[in-house]
Amino acid sequence: MTDQASRGKISREEVVHIASLARLGLDDGELDAFTRELGAILDHASTVAEIDLRDVSPMSHPIALSNVLRDDVLDECLELEDLQSNAPDFFEGKFRVPKILDEP
Amino acid sequence: MTSTQRTSFPRQGVRETAIAVKTRFQSASDVLSDCLEEIARCEDKIHAFNLVLDNQARQRASEIDDLIARGIDPGPLAGVPVALKDNICTREIATTCSSKMLERWIPPYNATVVAKLQDAGAVIVGKTNMDEFAMGSSTENSAFGPTRNPCNLDYVPGGSSGGSAASVAAGFVCCALGSDTGGSIRQPASLCGVVGVKPTYGRVSRYGLIAFASSLDQIGPLCVNVGDAALICEVIGGYDPRDSTSIDEPFSGLLDSCDKGVDGIRVGVVTELLAPASPDVQAAFTKCTDKLAAIGAKVDEISIPELSYGLAAYYLIAPAEASSNLARYDGVRYGLRVAGQDVESMMRATRSAGFGPEVKRRIMLGTYALSSGYYDAYYGQAQRVRTLITKAFGRAYESFDVLLSPTSPTVAFGFGAKQDPLDMYNSDIATIASNLAGHPAMSVPFGLGANNLPVGVQVMAPTLGEAVMFQVGAQIEGLAQ
Amino acid sequence: MSSDSLEGWDLVIGLEVHCELDTNTKLFCGCPNSFGDSPNTNVCPVCLGLPGSLPVLNSRAVDLAMRIGAALHCDIRPSRFHRKNYFYPDMPKAFQISQYDAPINCDGWLELTTGKRVGIERAHIEEDTGKTTHLGESGRIQGASSSLVDYNRAGVPLVETVSAPDMNSAQEAKDYVSELRAILVACGASDGKMEEGSLRVDANVSVRRSGSKELGTRCEIKNVNSLKSLGKAIEFEAARQIAVLQQGGTIRQETRHFNEDTGETSSMRSKEDSHDYRYFPEPDLVVISPDEAWIGGIRSGLPPMPAERRALLGSKCGAGSPGTPSSNQVSTVVAHGLDALVLGALDDGADPRIALSRCANEAVARVDAALHLAPTSFSRLVTMESVGDITATQSKLVLGEMLDEVDQKLEELGGSTGGFGGYFEVDPEAIANSKGFEKLDNTTLARTLDDIVESNPGEWERFLAGDEKVAQFFVGQMMKSTRGQADGKAVISLMNARRDKKG
Ligand SMILES: [Mg+2]
Ligand SMILES: [Zn+2]
Repeated sequence: MTDQASRGKISREEVVHIASLARLGLDDGELDAFTRELGAILDHASTVAEIDLRDVSPMSHPIALSNVLRDDVLDECLELEDLQSNAPDFFEGKFRVPKILDEP
Repeated sequence: MTSTQRTSFPRQGVRETAIAVKTRFQSASDVLSDCLEEIARCEDKIHAFNLVLDNQARQRASEIDDLIARGIDPGPLAGVPVALKDNICTREIATTCSSKMLERWIPPYNATVVAKLQDAGAVIVGKTNMDEFAMGSSTENSAFGPTRNPCNLDYVPGGSSGGSAASVAAGFVCCALGSDTGGSIRQPASLCGVVGVKPTYGRVSRYGLIAFASSLDQIGPLCVNVGDAALICEVIGGYDPRDSTSIDEPFSGLLDSCDKGVDGIRVGVVTELLAPASPDVQAAFTKCTDKLAAIGAKVDEISIPELSYGLAAYYLIAPAEASSNLARYDGVRYGLRVAGQDVESMMRATRSAGFGPEVKRRIMLGTYALSSGYYDAYYGQAQRVRTLITKAFGRAYESFDVLLSPTSPTVAFGFGAKQDPLDMYNSDIATIASNLAGHPAMSVPFGLGANNLPVGVQVMAPTLGEAVMFQVGAQIEGLAQ
Repeated sequence: MSSDSLEGWDLVIGLEVHCELDTNTKLFCGCPNSFGDSPNTNVCPVCLGLPGSLPVLNSRAVDLAMRIGAALHCDIRPSRFHRKNYFYPDMPKAFQISQYDAPINCDGWLELTTGKRVGIERAHIEEDTGKTTHLGESGRIQGASSSLVDYNRAGVPLVETVSAPDMNSAQEAKDYVSELRAILVACGASDGKMEEGSLRVDANVSVRRSGSKELGTRCEIKNVNSLKSLGKAIEFEAARQIAVLQQGGTIRQETRHFNEDTGETSSMRSKEDSHDYRYFPEPDLVVISPDEAWIGGIRSGLPPMPAERRALLGSKCGAGSPGTPSSNQVSTVVAHGLDALVLGALDDGADPRIALSRCANEAVARVDAALHLAPTSFSRLVTMESVGDITATQSKLVLGEMLDEVDQKLEELGGSTGGFGGYFEVDPEAIANSKGFEKLDNTTLARTLDDIVESNPGEWERFLAGDEKVAQFFVGQMMKSTRGQADGKAVISLMNARRDKKG
C-alpha cells in the first residue's frame, strides 16, 4: 500500500475530531503521529472491511448465554471512607468537579 | 557470567510446594522467605513487580502455618506463593494497571479470583508489571519501566503479562495470574519459557479484572509445569454470580487428564499460524509434532484461511471495547486528576497526562471504529469476521481434537526492536483467534530457538475443551524434557 | 401564551417519559434504590463504575419492565443492552447501559380518557445517572464555580417510554402523562412521584400549517418536572416556533431547556459531536430472551388497569350524573391507587360522595400512608361524617390523625413503605373523642348564633338585606366559638331560616 493510500484512510481533521470525542488533548506531534499510524492500522483493517459478509451475523459475545439475572436483594455498599480516600476532590460527602459548561 | 545471562531459575512447582507445606516438610513462612530472598537478589535486574507485599505476605504465611499446626487444611494451595498481574483488583492493595492513571488507586474490593486463591491457602506475594492496561506484547508499555526476560536480560519478556511470566521464570513465585485478551498470557509464557493458559471465555470470573476488551479478556495462570496450571485453573475457575458472562459448568478433572497420553488424539497443525513463524521457531515446533506423532498422536496439517482476517478483526474489536472501558478514567471519582478550568478541560488534561502513547493510540482507533459513519464498515464487519472465524474453527474441530501452532512467531526480541505498532501487533498473530472465538488455548515450552531463547507450542481446543487441551499439553511438556 | 396564537397551526407532540422502577435494588447491583439518603451512601464498585466491576441484571426490573409493556399493549421481545458512550460527571462509567436496537417492549398504545389512542413506539430498560448540584449563588449550572456529584441515583432502573408523535395539544400531552403515570402505578412499577423525580418527561414538539401532512422540525424540551410545567413548556415552545416560522425563519433541531421560573424554553449549548454516542452491544451483559411462559405469566398477572378501575368506581359512585361526584375525583383516586379504600367504604354502605371527596382531596396528599389505611377504618370515618356525628372540617382533621398513626406504624416497621403491603386499623371514633368532637345539638347551635348576632348587629343587618358574602363571616365566627364543631351547612340553614322567618 502506498503512503498516499494509507493517508487517505484517516485525515488529520478526523484525528482531531476523534481525539475530541475521546477527551484526549493531543499536541501537534501526537496528531501527526496518530494520523500516520492510525492510517496504517486502518489500512490493514480494510482487509476486513472489504470482505462480503452480508450473510454472516455479527458476534458480540463469544459464549451465547441468555437470561442471566440476579434476585432483587440488597448487597453491601461501600463506606464513604473508601470513596473519599480515592477521590481527587471530595467535599461534603460528594465528588467535586470544576464548573460544567454543557448539559449532557 | 555476564549480567545478561540467566541469573535465577524457576522454583519448585505449586503442587510440590503445597505438599511440602501441608506435610510440614517446609513451613509456609520458610517458602515465602526463600521467595522474598530471591526477589531481593534479582528483582532490581528483572523488575517483574510493581509491588512486593513483604509484611502482608509474611503475616499470611504465618496464618497458614498456624492453621496447619492446628490440624486445619488450608486448601490445595497451602502456602503457595502467588503473584498477580497488576490489573487484578486487590482490596486495600494498590492496583495500577502499570498506568499513571491508577498509580494511587486502592481498590476497596477483591477480584473473585483473589478471594478464590486466598480461600485455597495461597500467599499473595505481589503485583506484577504489565503493558499499560494490558495493551502491548513486550511489557515495554508500562508507565513504570519495562520488565526484563529472566532467560536473558537483554530481551523482552513478552506481554502484556510480562511481569507475571518473568516472576515465574525467575523463581520469584510458584505461579502468577495473568490476563489474556489477544495472547497476553500465552505469548509472554512462550517468551519466558513457562506454561501459560487462557481458559475458555467465561470459565474464570472477570469480576475484579480491570477491563481491556470485555468480550475477549480472560484470566489464567502462568506456572512452571502443566499440571500446576491445571490445578490453578480448577481453583480460580467456576461460576461467579458477579460475572454475567460466567459459565455455569464444573471446571474440574483437569489434573487427571494430564496423565491420559495422546494415543489416537487427532492433532491439527494450522498452516496459516505456522507459516509466519521464524525458521528457528518452526524447527522447534516441527520437532514437537514429530515427537507427538511418534507417541501415537495423529498429526496432520489443516488450513483455516479465515484466520488470516483475525489480526485485523482483533485490532478493531479490542480497541473499540477498550475505548469505552477506559472512558471512566476521567478524573472525577478516583485515580489521577489534572486540574482544568472546567470539567471538560479537566477530563481532557487528566486523560492526556494519565495514558501512555499505546493506550491513546488504541482509544483513538476504537473511538474511530465505533463513531458514526464507520461502525458498520469497521466494528460491525469485525464482529462478522468473528463469526466467520468461530465457524471455521468449528469445522476444523470436526476433524481434530486439538489444533497446534507456535505460540509466538519468534522467540523473545530485544528492547525497542518493534517500533512500528503493526510490527508489534503481529506478535499476536497466532494467539488472537482463540480470543475471538472464546476458545481455550495454552502455551507449553518446547526447546530453544535463536539466541538460546525458549520456544512455546500453542495447544488450542474448542469451547470447554480444557481437558483434552491439558491432556496434549502435558505430553508436550514430557516430550520437551 | 393564549391558545388563539396557534390558529392556523397544528402542534405535533411526542413524549419520552423516564420512570424509575420501584425495586429494592439498582438495575445492575445490590445497592438500595431509595430516594433521599445521604449522598454517596448507596454506592458499590458496580454503580460507581470502579475498575474491574461488572453489571448483573436485576430480575425484578425486567419483570416490571415487561409489566409496563403488557399494560401498554406492546410486543414483548427478546432484547439486549448497548453502551451509550458520552462523558459527563454524573455518568460513573462514561457510558450509560441502555437498550438501543432491541428494546424489550415495542409497538403498543395507550388510550387517553377521551378515547384517543396514542401509539407507543418502545418502552426500554436503562440505568439512571447520578445527580449533580451546582455550587455558587444561583445553584444553577450557569455561573457555578464548581459542581458536586452524588451517585446514589446512578444505576437506578428506568423504563423509558417513547410515544409516537400522536398528540396535538398541551392538554393531550398532560392527559397522556397522567394516564401513563396511573398505569405505571397500577403495574406496581412506580410510585409515580414526579416531585421526587420518579417520573421525568422530555417533550418533542414541532408545528406545521394546519392541514399539512409534513412533519416540522422538532425540538426536544428537557427538564419538565410537573404536569403544569409540561403544559407551559409545550405552549411556549409551540408559540416560539410559530413566531420563528411566521417571520420566515427556520427551526433548528435542538435540545431546549425549560426554565420553571420564567416559563420559557432556551437553547442548550451543545457541541457538534455530542450526539455521536458510539453505541455498541454491552459485552458484559447477555441477552434477555423471555419465553412464552414468562411473558404469559406477566400478562395474566397484570392487575386491572386504570381505565377499567375508573369505570368500576365511577359506576359504583354514580359519578357523572348531576349532583354526584365528578369524574375528576374518580380519576384522581384511581391514579393514586386509592380506589380500594373507597370501594371498601362503599361496601360498608358509606356515602360515595363523602368517601370520594375525603380520598381525592385529603388522602391523595398523603398517599403513602393512605395506601396502608384499612378500608374498614376509612369507612367508619366516612359514616361518622355522613350521619352528621362530625362535620366535614372535623372529618378532615380526624383523617389527618388517622394517617399520622399509619405513618407511625410504618415507621415502626423500619421506615420503608416499599416492602409492606398490609393495612393498619385505626379507630376514628377514638380520635374524634380525644379531640372533643361531638355533634352540636340544635339548641346549642341556635344559642351560639344568638350571641354572635348580638355582638355583630351591623353584619347581621347586611345579611338580612341580602348580602350573601357576609354569611361566610358568620360561619367563621360560629366555627371559632365552637372550636370547629359547628357544621358550616347547618349554620347557613339556621341563618336562612331566621331571615325567612323575619321576611
Ligand atoms: Mg434514554
Ligand atoms: Zn451499587
